[in-house]
Amino acid sequence: MKQIFRMVLVASLVITSACTNTGSGFFGNENGTGGLGGTGSAAEGSAAEFQSAVGDRVFFEMDQSTLNSDAKTLLSSQAQWLISNSDYNVVLEGHADEQGTREYNLALGARRANSVKEYLVSLGVSGDRLQTVSYGKERPIEICSAESCYSQNRRAVSVLDNLGF
Amino acid sequence: MKRIISLTIVLLLATRLGAEPLRITITDGVIEPLPFAAPPFVAETSGGQQYAEKISQLVAQDLSGTGLFREIPRQAHISNITSFASPVQFSDWKAINAQALVIGAVSTSLNGNVTVKVRIFDVFAGQTLGDEAGYKLVGKVAGWRKIGHKVSDIIYSHLTGESGYFDSRIVFVSEGGRKGARKKRLAIMDYDGANLRYLTDSSSSSSIVIAPRFSPTGDRVLFTSYKTGFPQIYLLDVGSRRSRPIQNSQGTMTFSPRFSPDGNSVVYSREQGGNSDIYLFSLKTERNRRLTRSPAIDTAPSFSPDGSQIVFESDRSGNQQLYVMSASGGAPKRISFKQGRYGTPVWSPRGDMIAFTKQNRGRFHIGVMRVDGREERLLTASFLDEGPTWSPNGRVIAFTRETQGTNGTSHLYSVDVSGRNLRAIPTPDGASDAAWSPLNP
Repeated sequence: MKQIFRMVLVASLVITSACTNTGSGFFGNENGTGGLGGTGSAAEGSAAEFQSAVGDRVFFEMDQSTLNSDAKTLLSSQAQWLISNSDYNVVLEGHADEQGTREYNLALGARRANSVKEYLVSLGVSGDRLQTVSYGKERPIEICSAESCYSQNRRAVSVLDNLGF
Repeated sequence: MKRIISLTIVLLLATRLGAEPLRITITDGVIEPLPFAAPPFVAETSGGQQYAEKISQLVAQDLSGTGLFREIPRQAHISNITSFASPVQFSDWKAINAQALVIGAVSTSLNGNVTVKVRIFDVFAGQTLGDEAGYKLVGKVAGWRKIGHKVSDIIYSHLTGESGYFDSRIVFVSEGGRKGARKKRLAIMDYDGANLRYLTDSSSSSSIVIAPRFSPTGDRVLFTSYKTGFPQIYLLDVGSRRSRPIQNSQGTMTFSPRFSPDGNSVVYSREQGGNSDIYLFSLKTERNRRLTRSPAIDTAPSFSPDGSQIVFESDRSGNQQLYVMSASGGAPKRISFKQGRYGTPVWSPRGDMIAFTKQNRGRFHIGVMRVDGREERLLTASFLDEGPTWSPNGRVIAFTRETQGTNGTSHLYSVDVSGRNLRAIPTPDGASDAAWSPLNP
C-alpha cells in the first residue's frame, strides 16, 4: 500500500516535469537506453532520483569486466540508495560494444552485470534483490562506429524493477 | 588422350585421362569457370511451357552462381534443342566451346504435377555424363523451384564429383528498425533467397532472437530468445512454427545452442554468476552434463560430424581462441595460434575443416583451418564479418557482414572455401546469423 502511494506520487511528479525530461521511459526503457535526464527535481526515494542523483550506469574498458574507481564510487552510491530504499529490486543489464562476435559479447555482458552484482552485494545489498541480464551487443545506446560511442556502450545499467507496485 | 581444360594445375583442374569423365576439381577454387550451355528445356506439354523456361533459367542461375561454371549465352548457340531424346550435334556445341551441355524437358499433368527430365553431356568427349537416358524428377508444380534446384544438384554432382547444395534452405535473423533498437525475428528461405517465410514475430522491440541452428534433418531449429526478458534457448518446429524453451534455466542465461549430429542432444553455453561454460543437454532424458569447468568464457560449441569431438571458443588464454575437446568433455586442445582473436568455430559437414570468425587489427575475417589448426586461410575481410555457416557439401560458407556507422546494416553473404565468389544473398530487410540447412529431403 505504501509502495502504491509512492509510485503514484512519483508518476505524477514525472508527468508534471515531463517537458524537461530527455529520457524515453519512466524507469528508462527496458533496455536501459533511456532514462530520466538530470533535472534534479526527482522525489526522494524515487526511481527518478536514482537515475538523476545517483546514476544508473557504469562503464568498462574494452573487453574488460573489472570495475574502475569511477564505477566503484558510483556503485557505492547505488548501494547506499538501494539499502535505504528497500522496496526496489534491480535488474542489472550488461552490455558490450559492437567490436566482437555475438556470442562472446553476450557472455561478456553477463560478466559485466555480474561484476556489478558482486560489488553491490559486497557493500551490503541483498543478492536476492539483484538479477542480471546480458544484452551483449544487441542494444547499443550510441550507434556510431567509433570509440566515443563504444565507450558508452560498454556499460552495466541498474534498472529499478517496477514489479513491486 | 589428356587435355587440361583451362588454367593452372594448382588452382583449377579438369583433366582428362583416357575415359575419365569431364570433371572440375573444386578443392582449391576455380579461376576460370567451366563453360556450359543450357538451352531452353523442351516443353513436352503445352502446360509445361512456362515451367520449361523458368526451370532452365533457374538451373543456369544455380550453376553460374557457384563461380565454378559459366553459362554460354543462348544467342551464341548454333543448334536448337527441340527433342529431349534426339542425338546431339556435338560439333555445334564444340564450336562455341561449351564443355558441358545440359538438355532438359518439362511436362505437366492434370493432377498438378510437373515432370522434369535432364541429360548431361561431356561435349568434347561426345558422351553423356551419368545415366545415358538422363534423370527424371516429379513434383507439384508449386514446388517447381525445388525440382529445379534438384536438377542443378544432379548436374553439379556429375561435373564436380561432389554432392550439391542448391536444394537447401537458410534460417536467419531478419532485422528491422534502427540500429540500437533492432527488431529481430526468425526467417527461413531457400538458399537463393526465394520462398521467404517468418518463423517468429517481432511484436515488441524486446523480442530479440539470436543465432538459429538447424537440426540434422532440417525440421527443427534451436535459437536463443529474450521472450521472457532473459536469454533462453528455444526449440522450434519449422512446419508448425511452434516453439518452446528446452529447459527451465531460471537465474541463468542459456545461449549458443547447436544440435549433436544425431539430433538427440544440444550443446550450448550456460552462464551462471557471470561465468559461461559448455553443457550438453539430452532432449531425450532432459539431463544436463557439464563439459567445461573454467572461469573463462567458453562458448560457440560445434560438434564434429562424427559426433566424437566439439570445437568451441574460450578466452582462457587471455583472449578468444579455438579449442577442441572430446564430446564427453575432458582437457581441450588449443588449435588457433596465429595473431588475433578467434571465435564462432563451426565444423565442416565434411569433417575436414573448421570455419571461424577472426578479429585482427580492427578488422573481421571469415576463415577456415584444418581441424588441428594447420593451413589457416582467411576468406574475407571487412569492418565486421562473423558467424560462418557451411553449405551442406562443405564447399561454400555463408556469413553475416555488417557495415559500420550510424546507418550500419547487416546482410548475408556467401563465399567459397577458396575465398572466391563472394556474393550477397538477397533478403528483403537486414539479415544476420545465418544457418545453412542440410540438403532438403
